[in-house]
Amino acid sequence: MAAEQDSVNVTPAIEMRGISKAFGSVVANNDINLTVLPGEIHALLGENGAGKSTLMNMLSGIYRPDSGSVFVQGEEVHFASPKESIAKGIGMIHQHFKLVDVMTARDNINLGSGEGFFLSNKKLDHRIRELSDRYGLDVNPGKKVYEMSVGEKQTLEILKVLYRGARILIMDEPTAVLTPQEIDRLFAIVRNMKNEGCAIIIITHKLGEVMEISDRITVLRKGESIGTLETMKTDAATLIEMMVGRRVDLSIRRETFKHEEPLLKLDGVTVIDKDKKAALDLVGFDLFPGEILGIAGVAGSGQKELCETIAGLQHAEKGRIFFEGSNILGKSPRDIIRLGIRMGFIPEDRLGMGLVGSMDIVHNIILKEYQSQRGIVLHRGPSAEKARRIVERLDILTPSIYTPVARLSGGNIQKVLLGREIDSSPKVLITAYPVRGLDIGASYRIYDLLNEQKELGVGIIFVGEDLDVLLGLCDRILVLSCGRITGMLNARLTTKEEIGYLMAGGQGAAS
Amino acid sequence: MISPIKVTKRDNVPRKQTAFILTLSIVLALVFSGIVLLFFELNPLKVFGTIVTGALGTPMRIEQTLIKAIPLTIASLGILVAFKMKFWNIGGEGQIMMGALCASYVALNYGHLPPNVLLPLMAVASVAGGGIWALIPAIFKAKLGTNETIFTLMMNYIIIKIVMYLQYGPWKDPASKGFPKIPGFSENAILPEVFGVHIGWIFMILLTIAIFLFMGYTKKGYEITVVGESIGTARYAGMNVPAIIMVAMFISGGLLGFVGFVQASAIEKTLTWGLSANYGFTAIITSWLARLNAITTLFVCLAFALLLQGASYIQLSMNVPSSIADVVQGVILFFVLGSDFFLRYRVQWVGLKNAAEARVYHD
Repeated sequence: MAAEQDSVNVTPAIEMRGISKAFGSVVANNDINLTVLPGEIHALLGENGAGKSTLMNMLSGIYRPDSGSVFVQGEEVHFASPKESIAKGIGMIHQHFKLVDVMTARDNINLGSGEGFFLSNKKLDHRIRELSDRYGLDVNPGKKVYEMSVGEKQTLEILKVLYRGARILIMDEPTAVLTPQEIDRLFAIVRNMKNEGCAIIIITHKLGEVMEISDRITVLRKGESIGTLETMKTDAATLIEMMVGRRVDLSIRRETFKHEEPLLKLDGVTVIDKDKKAALDLVGFDLFPGEILGIAGVAGSGQKELCETIAGLQHAEKGRIFFEGSNILGKSPRDIIRLGIRMGFIPEDRLGMGLVGSMDIVHNIILKEYQSQRGIVLHRGPSAEKARRIVERLDILTPSIYTPVARLSGGNIQKVLLGREIDSSPKVLITAYPVRGLDIGASYRIYDLLNEQKELGVGIIFVGEDLDVLLGLCDRILVLSCGRITGMLNARLTTKEEIGYLMAGGQGAAS
Repeated sequence: MISPIKVTKRDNVPRKQTAFILTLSIVLALVFSGIVLLFFELNPLKVFGTIVTGALGTPMRIEQTLIKAIPLTIASLGILVAFKMKFWNIGGEGQIMMGALCASYVALNYGHLPPNVLLPLMAVASVAGGGIWALIPAIFKAKLGTNETIFTLMMNYIIIKIVMYLQYGPWKDPASKGFPKIPGFSENAILPEVFGVHIGWIFMILLTIAIFLFMGYTKKGYEITVVGESIGTARYAGMNVPAIIMVAMFISGGLLGFVGFVQASAIEKTLTWGLSANYGFTAIITSWLARLNAITTLFVCLAFALLLQGASYIQLSMNVPSSIADVVQGVILFFVLGSDFFLRYRVQWVGLKNAAEARVYHD
C-alpha cells in the first residue's frame, strides 16, 4: 500500500483493482481497474452491456466481486451490503429515483438515514440548509416529491446522499431525463461538489456531456477496461472507437426533401388526459413526403399522446388529422388498417405495445396481417415467409424465426418491429424513441433504415431525446412543451440552446 | 431479507430434467403422505395400492373415474380459455350452476319432447346460461375495468343461493312429502350411455380437440392470446379488446355451463344446489397444471379424476376418515404444484457469503 500511495501524491478516493464478476456463464466484468481521485469528475463510458452498472453495483455494495480488491480512501473494503458502502461515504444516485412520492423532501432525506424517528424538523431543516448552501442545491424541505419537477427530484437525491455523509458520488445516467437547462444546473452542482473535494463518477453514454464535465474518462467494452484517458487530451472519435472497438462513421446521412403536398396534416388537435389537463393543446403541423420531422421535448410533454392520436389509439377532444387529404381523426387502429391507410408506428414501449414478447417473430408479424385474412383460420404461411425476409433484410440476429422476441437483444427487437412496419411499405412512419436503449452500432443501423425510407418518399416522425441526433438526422424539428408547440425549427440552422429554450416553454422563433 | 438461496428464472428446461423433477415430486409426495398415514397406523403401501385399484380395479370403478374426469376436463377447458387471456375466472362454480339451472328449466318444463329435440335444447340453454353468467363480469371488466377475480367469485354465491331457494321453494317436488328436492328429470332428458359410460366422454374428447384447434389455429384464439399477453399491443394491432374479452368469456362460461348440463342430466338427473361439486375450482388447478394447453388438460384431468376416485374409494373400503383421504390428496397436489416452481425457476444454494446478490435477483 505504501508504495502505491507514494507513486500518486494523493490517496485515491476509490481504487478498484483486477475486478472480475460473472453471472452464471456471462462474464460482466473481467479484470477491471479503476482509480478515482478526490476532487475529480470521472466519467465511466461504455455501451449497453459493457459492465458499467455491474462495476458500480459492486462499489455500492449490491454485488460482491468474484475476485479483485476495492480500496476506499486507501483502505481495503469488502462490502456485504449497501449499508456498509454508505458508511464508507459512497452514495449512488440511480437513474430511476428512489423517492417516496407522497412524502416531503425532508421526510425523504430523513427516511432510512438511521437517525431518530422523532428528529425535529427544525434541526433537520438547519442541516439541509447548511448542505444546500455549501453545494449550491436548491431544495424546499417542505415540498412533496410528487409536486417536484424531474430536476428538483434529482437535486433531492443528491442532497439525500450528501446528508448521509457521502464524499464519493456515483451518478447513473444523470442527464437522461433533464432539459439542457437542467443539465447545466446539474453540472454546476457537480462542479461545486468537486471543488469541495468530493469524487464523482458519472455513468453515461452521451459523449458531448463527457467531454464537457469530466476530468478523466475510463472506457469499458464488453466487460473489460479499455483505458483511462484525460478528457483534455482526447476527442469524441477516439472515445467512440474505444467504446465500439472499431471506427464508426458518426455523420448521419441527410438528404433534402421537396415541399410537396403534405402527407399528413394536423390541425388544432387537442387531447385531454385523465387529470382533465390538456396533454395536447391545439397541435397543428404538416408532414411532407421524404422528410424526417423531429419531435423534441422534455419527457412527458405530449410526445406519446401525439403519436398515439395519429395512430388512432388516443381519443382526441377536437381537431382534425388529414392523411392525404381525408380526415382520420377518430378512426380506430382497426379502421385505419381496414381503410388501407399505410401508416407504420414504432411505439415507445416496444414489448408493451407493438410486439408480444412471449410470441415468436412469425406471430408478431401476423399481428398486422391477420385482420386482412379471410375466414376464421389463422394463416401462418405468408407471415413466416415475411418473417424470414425481414430477418434477412435487416440482419436480425436470432436463433430462428420461431424464437420469442423477448429473448432477442434490444437492437434486434427493435429491428423486428421496424422491419414489420416498413415491410408494409408505409407512407407515414411514426417512430417514438426508436434508438432508446440501443448501442451505437444498432442506433446507426436504425438511422440508416429510416433514411432509406425517407429516400422512398416516406414521411417520418421521429420522437427523440438526444438533441445531437435530432439535429443531425431530421429536416425540421418541432418542439413540444406541456402539450403545446413552442417552435418549428429548421434542423440545419438551429442550435441546441434554441431547442432547449423552447423545450422549457420559451416562446418565439417559430419559423 | 438476505437469504443464502439464489432463485433465477429459466426458460428452457430439458425434457429429461422435467421428467426427473416431476417423478421426484410424486415420489416425495408418496413418502410424505406415507409418513402421515403411519401416524394414523395405516399401511401406506396398502393405501396407495387401494387408491389405484379403487380407481381402475373394476370396469365399474373405471366408469366412476371417467365420470369424474368428464366434468373436470370440460370445466378446465373453459377455465383455460379465460386464463389464456389472463382473465381470472374463478366463477366456474357459478357458471356450472347457471348452466345446470337453465338446462333443468328446459327439462322440467318440456320433458315430454323427444330426446333428440330436448337434449340439444337443454345443451343450448346451459351454454347460453353459463355464457351469460360469465359475460356479466366480462362486460364490467371491458367497459369499466372492474376486477374480475372478486366479481366472478361473488357471482358463484348468488347463483348457488338462487338454486337453493328454488330447491326449497318454488321448484320443490310436491310429491316428495316435504323433502326439499327438485323433481327428477323425465327419461327423455337424460343423456344416453355409450360403451357403458354416459355420452359425456365423447363430448369431453371432442371439446378438447375443438379448444386445442380454436386456441392455436384460429384468429379469435390468437386474439385472445395477444390480449392476455399485452392489452396495449392488442389495441395497437387494431383488435377490439372489449369485444374479445366478452367473446372469450362467453366461450369460457358456455363450456362451464355445459358441464352443468352434463352433470344435471347424466349424474344427478335433477337440479341440486351441490351439483357443481367444486369442479369449477378444481379446474383452476388442473388447467394451470396443464400450462393452459388443451390436450395436456385432458390427461391432467384423467390423472386427477383417478386421484379423486381412489381417495373416495379408500374411505369406503379401508374405513379411513374422509379427512385423511383429503390429506393424502392435498399432499400429492402440494408436491406436484410445487414442482412447477422448480420447472420455472432455478434454485441454487449460494451460501451466506454471496447472499447479498440473491436479493438483486428477486428485484
